[in-house]
Amino acid sequence: MSNHETPVLKAEARGLNFYYGEAQALKNINMPIYDKKVTALIGPSGCGKSTYLRSFNRMHDLYPGNRYEGEIRFFPDNTNLLGSDVDPIEVRMRVGMVFQKPNPFPKTIFENVAYGLRVRGENNKRVLEDKVEHALKSAAIWEEVKNRLQDQAPNLSGGQQQRLCIARALATDPELLLFDEPTSALDPIATGAIEELVHELKKRVTILIVTHNMQQAARVSDYTAYMFLGEMIEFGKTDQIFIKPQDKRTEDYITGRMG
Amino acid sequence: MNEKSHLSSQFDDELGRLRSHVLQMGGLVETQISAAIDAYSKGEVASVKHIVETDRKVNDLEIAIDDDCAHLIAKRQPAASDLRLVFGISKIVTDLERAGDEAKKIAKGVRRIYEAGQMPSQYGIGIRHIAEAALVMLRQALDAFARLDAALAVKVIQADVDVDTEFKSIMRQLITHMMEDPRTITTSIDIIWIARAVERIGDHAKNVAEHVVFIVEGRDIRHLPKENKESKE
Ligand SMILES: Nc1ncnc2c1ncn2[C@@H]1O[C@H](COP(=O)(O)OP(=O)(O)OP(=O)(O)O)[C@@H](O)[C@H]1O
Ligand SMILES: [Mg+2]
Repeated sequence: MSNHETPVLKAEARGLNFYYGEAQALKNINMPIYDKKVTALIGPSGCGKSTYLRSFNRMHDLYPGNRYEGEIRFFPDNTNLLGSDVDPIEVRMRVGMVFQKPNPFPKTIFENVAYGLRVRGENNKRVLEDKVEHALKSAAIWEEVKNRLQDQAPNLSGGQQQRLCIARALATDPELLLFDEPTSALDPIATGAIEELVHELKKRVTILIVTHNMQQAARVSDYTAYMFLGEMIEFGKTDQIFIKPQDKRTEDYITGRMG
Repeated sequence: MNEKSHLSSQFDDELGRLRSHVLQMGGLVETQISAAIDAYSKGEVASVKHIVETDRKVNDLEIAIDDDCAHLIAKRQPAASDLRLVFGISKIVTDLERAGDEAKKIAKGVRRIYEAGQMPSQYGIGIRHIAEAALVMLRQALDAFARLDAALAVKVIQADVDVDTEFKSIMRQLITHMMEDPRTITTSIDIIWIARAVERIGDHAKNVAEHVVFIVEGRDIRHLPKENKESKE
């Protein structure tokens, strides 16, 4: 109950349907994403969380046969991220993604973070160094790697690799960061570090995070959405969802009564 | 509330055990109160000892239940209705324990009055009546907990107003007594303490009922104006 200000919309799914070929994986999703807040997506395996997340940065475009209906509005410019006139590469600059398993490129630590900037056409060495350092600091990994920026990234520990991937996503100054189960491959200490980082990052960026860990959702998020069989069952303030959910299906899921 | 079982049947067992311990504790406190009422109206001073002994059991149960709540939170991280239940229980047992303490105070007051060679029921007319009303409140609050019945809990909360009103009228009556005949002051003061304890039992029953509403509906209705306490479900 600490903040009473009305949240500002950063994005909004409106009547979003998604199809893998014939199979409908998202059914009429309507949901707000609030600016500089953390929104957690929860729901049983296969309910469409990753599918939903991937719609935000047009990852589905990489495969033929995938089809969207409806829109995802992005603010303040009110762009439809799914619009056919919108360049997916441009979208991915504004919407960064961090995956379940850390996936650093087989390159140096420095090049991993500089990658997105280079794709964007940035070649100035000073600018690159500056932005890489800033991104690594924001991802709370600078102190651990500042003396080994030319080491190969895959030699880092799992937790470090994940923070490096966050730095890589941050380097292009995205407005929305998508996390798909970012800590499921990490130990509790590394998990704690990522959660702490999420808390820091929301001062600057809006975050949408998928997690199977209910306590994690309760700890890190301001809003929580429960998905089931491709539908958005309930969206609300995290406190409310975890203390008094409105829908019986949400209640059954978070109290461990699925069956 | 949720009647479906958990994926973990052990979790179900643990919650079930917790609930039955609360009801067991509530039952003990009820017997303490009704024994205190008997002691008051019939002069059964012998039951005072029994009330004090029961108090020990009540205290032990409070500690055991609190401990179970802490373990359950650490082990299961309950959420939603489960969380409200565990949280509500740990508050309910505090109120039950205090209601038991008030019964003990009544019993001790009764013993003092009899030992001074007086009959308490001659003075405090009406005390027996509100004591029984408070006992009914507690019994109904515990029923509401057992059945997770928010509507019944709201009734209990409303009944507390009557107990408070009667308490005030008993006070006025005792004050008049003392002014008319100062020799009654010592006994009257003991009786005021007894009436006060009865009124407190009503308050604890009301608190238990408020915790039940929180468990069932997720609304914290303590400190709300009366008209907002109506059950929503
Ligand atoms: N590339 C694909 N082609 C066809 N169907 C897919 C594809 N990817 C996912 N699906 C299906 O779409 C549905 C939603 O899958 P999705 O991966 O979004 O679920 P999820 O909620 O992320 O599950 P999990 O918690 O297991 O990661 C599932 O039925 C899945 O089998
Ligand atoms: Mg997934």
